[in-house]
Amino acid sequence: MILAGIDCGAKNTRTVIIENGAVIGRGTALTGFHQADAIRKSLQMALDQARIDRCGVTCIAGTGSGAKAISEADVNVNDIRAISAAAFYLLPSARTVIDVGAEESKVARIGPEGSVMDFTVNEKCAAGAGSFIESMARALEEPLDTIGQLALSSVNSVPMNAHCAIFAESEVIGLIHANIGKNDISKAIHDALASRVVSMIRRIGVNSDVIMLGGVACNVGFVEALRRELGLERLYVPEFPEYGAALGAAISAQGETNS
Amino acid sequence: MMINERKPDFWRWEETRWTRDEMNWRDARFITCGIDVGSVSSQAGIMCDGEMFAYASVRTGSNSPDSARDVLRFALEKTAITLEDISYCVGTGYGRVNVPMADRSVTEIACHARGANFIFGPRVRTILDVGGQDIKAIRCDEKGKVLNFLMNDKCAAGTGRGMEVFSDLLSVPIGEVGDRSLDVDEEPPPVSSACVVYAKTEATNLLRRGVKTNDVLAAYCSAMVERMSSLVNRVGLEREFGITGGMAKNRGITMRLARKLGLEPMISRWDTQIAGAAGAALFAYALSLKGQGRPRH
Repeated sequence: MILAGIDCGAKNTRTVIIENGAVIGRGTALTGFHQADAIRKSLQMALDQARIDRCGVTCIAGTGSGAKAISEADVNVNDIRAISAAAFYLLPSARTVIDVGAEESKVARIGPEGSVMDFTVNEKCAAGAGSFIESMARALEEPLDTIGQLALSSVNSVPMNAHCAIFAESEVIGLIHANIGKNDISKAIHDALASRVVSMIRRIGVNSDVIMLGGVACNVGFVEALRRELGLERLYVPEFPEYGAALGAAISAQGETNS
Repeated sequence: MMINERKPDFWRWEETRWTRDEMNWRDARFITCGIDVGSVSSQAGIMCDGEMFAYASVRTGSNSPDSARDVLRFALEKTAITLEDISYCVGTGYGRVNVPMADRSVTEIACHARGANFIFGPRVRTILDVGGQDIKAIRCDEKGKVLNFLMNDKCAAGTGRGMEVFSDLLSVPIGEVGDRSLDVDEEPPPVSSACVVYAKTEATNLLRRGVKTNDVLAAYCSAMVERMSSLVNRVGLEREFGITGGMAKNRGITMRLARKLGLEPMISRWDTQIAGAAGAALFAYALSLKGQGRPRH
């Protein structure tokens, strides 16, 4: 059976196609304003990669903040359920899943069978999600792709006092003027976001193993900051973490077709 | 070769100064000074025996001591008053501990309540102060003494800084934002996110869809007003309600806030930005009367 999951996020839209539990295609597009276009584009890209056409897909599941715009979807999968299903699929021993996206951060505690025990979400404030790093990268004039790497070369702890991304931008500019190294500033940025995500995680508690999904999981500087802040030996990041929710939606679609 | 095209600073507001020329300051027993160093703007108020003689408002620079010196120099420039003439000086605001000429500092909450009592008169009971980087809702008694307050200083939503970001994004000079936001055919729904970062994304999308700049401004002003009204309602709204800070000059905010709260804010003949400095100068006068200030004769 071939299933597809589409995750329409604030920044990117991703599609994953699975066949009998194995990924056979992935597609991505910038969400932008025209969600429908992005959804179509990412789905087509995944179909092309899987070398199948739309008729070959038994069920399409939609998820993400823009799930309502996915007219192709046969079913809707709740965001938390999607990331938990993906976490259980990717790492059956995972008991906590952290998903940091562009505008939302989510954490779920999962049971031994992959069921959701508890969860919490930040969706109202850019200080607690990937947008924060994006704003800071702009202030620092560093590409978003490399800003995380930059943090790894810093051993200094520069405090960031501002909480709000708007105020933090001015603070970063102040640090640049104070001749603080870009790598130290980058570490400060990632530490700041990590500490806020961790305080959210602590509300529901952390059980090992911990897996991280979402676009921000591609940022090595953030993953390291989060691992350090959580005091973990290891924080699991799968291959293609940014496709986590789409994968989880596809997996959940299976349950939908069975029932 | 790099061509540096300078974009005009839309957020830049006018620095102001006022002097009461007809007042003979030499007769005053105490000349007191209040300096409010905020995160975005700084004000100095000069009072002669508790009467406003001069004030100035400038943009805060990169460090508090220089900003305090600059704003005081600007306020005194057109007068013959020198630093030696000042009996007592109180510093307030975000940078209050870094005001070099201050004899002591007083919290901005206390100064704003005292200053609102001065600029609106003793009837004022609820004050909303919209500052550069925070918003405060204060309840006070007839003497301008603080009874209760609430403050949001963690987040740019609803603050002057948030408005600056929008004026820059939409290339509308900050002084025109209010009137332009009222020049719409129909009041649009507020932008859905209070967060300035997300509101910016939302506004960009609205513009791309062809929504007019004025409508986007209106949608943003409404969202700001929701933040402000919730703070005011939580602290407790009374009929005698005044708005201080730079945002009180933005009709797009004050008119929507009046509609939302269902009452007209009080009108002040004074510049609403000087409330903090006026309150500080009045504290300085009160302390002078208690024997702490240097009488001039």
